[in-house]
Amino acid sequence: MRTIFYILQKELIQVFRNKTMLPIIFILPIAQLIILVNAANMEMKRIRLHVVDNDLSSTSRELVSKFEGAPFFEITGFSFSEKYADNQLLTENSDAVIIIPKGFERELTKGNNTALQIRINAINGMVAGLINGYSGQIIANYSLEKQKGKGGNSVKPGGVVDISYSFWYNPDLNYKIYMVPGMLVLLVTIIGMFLTAINIVREKEMGTIEQINVTPIKKYQFIIGKMIPFWIIAMFELVFGLIIGKLLFDIPIQGNLFVLFSIAGLYLIVALGFGLFISTTANTQQQVMFVSFFFLLLFILMSGLFTPTDSMPYWAQQVNVINPIAVFLEVVRMILLKGSGYSDLIPQIIHLTIYAVIIMSLAVMRYRKTGA
Amino acid sequence: MAEKEIVISVKNLVKKFGAFEANKNLSFHVNKGEIFGFLGANGAGKTTAMKILCGLSAPTSGEISVAGYDVYAQREKIKRNIGYMSQKFSLYEDLTVMENIRFYAGIYGIKKNLIKTKALELLEKLHFLEMANTLIGSVPLGWKQKLAFSIAIIHKPEIVFLDEPTGGVDPVTRRQFWDLIYDASNRGITVFVTTHYMDEAEYCDRVCIMVDGRIDALDSPDNLKMQFNAANMDEVFIKLARNSDYEKV
Repeated sequence: MRTIFYILQKELIQVFRNKTMLPIIFILPIAQLIILVNAANMEMKRIRLHVVDNDLSSTSRELVSKFEGAPFFEITGFSFSEKYADNQLLTENSDAVIIIPKGFERELTKGNNTALQIRINAINGMVAGLINGYSGQIIANYSLEKQKGKGGNSVKPGGVVDISYSFWYNPDLNYKIYMVPGMLVLLVTIIGMFLTAINIVREKEMGTIEQINVTPIKKYQFIIGKMIPFWIIAMFELVFGLIIGKLLFDIPIQGNLFVLFSIAGLYLIVALGFGLFISTTANTQQQVMFVSFFFLLLFILMSGLFTPTDSMPYWAQQVNVINPIAVFLEVVRMILLKGSGYSDLIPQIIHLTIYAVIIMSLAVMRYRKTGA
Repeated sequence: MAEKEIVISVKNLVKKFGAFEANKNLSFHVNKGEIFGFLGANGAGKTTAMKILCGLSAPTSGEISVAGYDVYAQREKIKRNIGYMSQKFSLYEDLTVMENIRFYAGIYGIKKNLIKTKALELLEKLHFLEMANTLIGSVPLGWKQKLAFSIAIIHKPEIVFLDEPTGGVDPVTRRQFWDLIYDASNRGITVFVTTHYMDEAEYCDRVCIMVDGRIDALDSPDNLKMQFNAANMDEVFIKLARNSDYEKV
């Protein structure tokens, strides 16, 4: 125990004496939360719509006014030429074009089916999907309205399914509320994994690790002494990040914070173990950077932070078993947004526990006090 | 040999890195309290042998015991009884002189209330008291080396291993450094030192000269000079080095 105390004391002095450390601890989370949460916004506002109305009837005008009235759309122009409209897409003056055919109103009043076309710039597939969704909804509502209004007509109104939406756990579909927990996860992961790895490899670079290796310090003492400071710093980051999230974005905290912190503590063992593992494979800080970036990038992009994991192909979802960020992200969102407790999170807790045991054993096995 | 206590005993030590044999069948022993010099050109295998004795590296084969413990089975016990100072600098640059002493004293299990007095004693002996709160990074090299040596023996080990401790140090400081080594030796600490400064070889009780991973000579400096009919250790070394495969190429 005393040995660990002396290692801890030395580590803490070194960490806080390092001039780049304090900015990393305090500025990184603020910057990350403010910039990324605001910038990485996937809500679509002001979709620029070009209208080709070949019908020029009251019905077509009514439909266009629905688009005009919707908060997401902005009409950027009218024309009667599809070619001109396509050019608008090409020159990026519009995001979508709606083409209403001649005879649109006539067919509708006759009670026949009719079609209209929407052309969407799908260079960004995600945006295109959103435009598709929004416009589909407007048109569907409109056609429903028409059908209901024609109740006494010769056309049989038929049973109409009226869909009402209710978004649970994030009723306003506030994107920020979704993003903040993700950013918190990123933050503690980067701090935990990256700083631990860098710190240990730095001792290799300086040559001091050789000195440590001839002392009676035991492997477990060294590893614990190295990990505890970063565990504490990462936990602090989580608290700090939550406070910023609450103050700036008013994120909901539905669940019990104790549940969150206890699972975070477990998750950090995984993250730190990963860092330790990386440090055993690398000899220089540069190598650590490359290896960490490789894993971090992969884990982050597959974590469900930006794209839902459910929409990934089956094999990718299976591969994600080794992605600790994905698991913890789910945990944080469930606790903060849904108010989940331990009983709801048992699979994730088991997952993280197994992960922690495996990664720590791998790292400890690979970390040798004796060279070849 | 009967009257002297042996603290390091090496029989048929072999160390291979793949096909390359860095240590070819070394056998020697070191007596308690002596200053044992390990000499050789760069790449002769000195550091490799020393790392094995310290438990930093595992031997390929051979019977080796250090401070009475076996290097295969009792590595952790050996580590409690030795001090080590590498050619790479071993103190933490971003800690102060005092913090470095406290850290190493602490991990060798010196009692908390003793650490402070030991540290002050050490600094006073080096005339280093006013530097106690200076970061190691801004202490001159010669001073750092003296400090590193003093810290390496702060837990009164049986043996201290010094791997080219005076590399890049000016002659005056080197002389002072050797005074520290004599002092440690007088207090009963066995000193095992590698060097390629031949004048330093003269200060040793016995020297072992390695060429191409073999031991080519092992005796007191005076006997070696006689044996090779040389005026000083420099000549002894050059005569031996001529036999090196490396030189013949």
